[in-house]
Amino acid sequence: MSKSPLRVRARGILLSAATALAVGAAFAQTSAVDEIAKYRSALQEGNPAELWEARGEGLWKTPRGPNKVTFEKCDLGLGPGVVKGAYAQLPRYFADADRVMDLETRLVWCMVKLQGFTEADAKKNPFGGPNRKSDIEALVAFITSESRGVKMNVAGTHPKEDEAYRIGEKMFFFRGGPHDFACATCHAEDSKRIRLQDLPNLVKQAGAQKAYTTWPAYRVSQGELRSFQWRLYDCFRQQRFPELEFTSDASIALTMFLAKNANGAAFDAPAIKR
Amino acid sequence: MDMHRREVLKAGGGATLYTLLAAAGFLKPGDALAQAWNKGAFEAKTLDEVVKALGGAAPAQSKDIAFVQTPDIAENGAVVPIGVSSSVPKTESIAILVEKNPNALAAVFDLPAGTEPTVSTRVKMGQSSNIHALVRADGKFYVATKEVKVTLGGCGG
Amino acid sequence: MADPMRIRASVVGDATEVKVLMNHEMETGQRKDSAGKVIPAWFIQTVTATHNGKPVLAAQWGPAISKNPFLSFKFKGGAKGDKVQITWVDNRGDKRTDEATIA
Repeated sequence: MSKSPLRVRARGILLSAATALAVGAAFAQTSAVDEIAKYRSALQEGNPAELWEARGEGLWKTPRGPNKVTFEKCDLGLGPGVVKGAYAQLPRYFADADRVMDLETRLVWCMVKLQGFTEADAKKNPFGGPNRKSDIEALVAFITSESRGVKMNVAGTHPKEDEAYRIGEKMFFFRGGPHDFACATCHAEDSKRIRLQDLPNLVKQAGAQKAYTTWPAYRVSQGELRSFQWRLYDCFRQQRFPELEFTSDASIALTMFLAKNANGAAFDAPAIKR
Repeated sequence: MDMHRREVLKAGGGATLYTLLAAAGFLKPGDALAQAWNKGAFEAKTLDEVVKALGGAAPAQSKDIAFVQTPDIAENGAVVPIGVSSSVPKTESIAILVEKNPNALAAVFDLPAGTEPTVSTRVKMGQSSNIHALVRADGKFYVATKEVKVTLGGCGG
Repeated sequence: MADPMRIRASVVGDATEVKVLMNHEMETGQRKDSAGKVIPAWFIQTVTATHNGKPVLAAQWGPAISKNPFLSFKFKGGAKGDKVQITWVDNRGDKRTDEATIA
């Protein structure tokens, strides 16, 4: 049977209808994106993360633990008690612990070595919830806020730092779990989204910088301030990976990979996110 | 159901007396009595019921009430920024209502003379809904309405 | 004892702009816990603000105000160094007052 002109024309109409639909959808999407941007900017007017920052500052200066000492001898990498700018250079290698540590790991270390907490006590409430506020998250909020505006500058030059970076990179691309997922499944391409959320491409510098410099964040959906340890913990949960242990070497390695990739960008957290 | 409604109306009646007293200048905001929480208004289900509980009737639509810093789409219904600014002369109070919430009234702000008729806060929305900005000015009620859509978030990113 | 508020008060033109963040769960009474039991409502009901002791705002809130509430308003006058005081009272009778200096 030969093609009738009518058929061809009908197909042409279908095609242009499809094009029109696509254009319409793209337009609707753009205006939705603009409105979401408005929503996000309206939230910036007041960030409840400040409530955590204030509580964290109090905790930093209060004698605590069996030894009843403050954190003022706690060295976050820039000398005992120095908070300003410290987070922008973490994770880093600490000779006294002979280990690469991120902020949370270092805080636990100070709580154990200086304040006399048991390790179990120091790690007992890493992520807060209703009626059980986390001291660690408050300290993280305060300390990270003291790096706001400071350029990310993670050295990664010590052999152990370099090793952590390389392990972190491997983890980022490692596929596993019941869904055969990797961090890279969602975060290694441009323009990926889940519903209305754009997913940052963390293998590109701009994406890594934008993502890393805006954590920790007050999570509107949870009404909690969330640390970077929480961010990774929850990514693992979403990938249906085994639970990422708080302050584990694996968590520090992945943090090292992401933090170093953000080098050069001004740190801008605690942020506020949906 | 009826019983409950009657209770609401009763509570509303009490509130009316309070509001009238306040409007007549017998009470000043900040007075101990002015701190009373208007249970009837906060238990009301609709705009009309709320207005009644606040001591008014049938609010007039007004173009002199504007929503500021209020997005058309909220990325999360747990926190929806709402700002209301009134240019109705003698604005005395601004209330924010979420039509489809279980109880419509979210907040009432009484503004003494000298306080600008503009407030902003954040409300919870169970679903996409109309938001009413209700203004009392010189004892009369005025309203403006805006729809805010609530989206579902992604997986947690 | 509730945690302190964060109050920022600053002179903007001929007015003072006040921005407040409060620590509060603002539990609606509509939610259930993991055991299926209704979590009782727990929310701030009244907020009052004074400038050098004079009332500048009196608000009534329901449980639809977001957790860790934010509030911003403006009043005429006010000078650097003046005090702005905010008080909230919740439905359990808990109360918190904090003060800020206008910057």
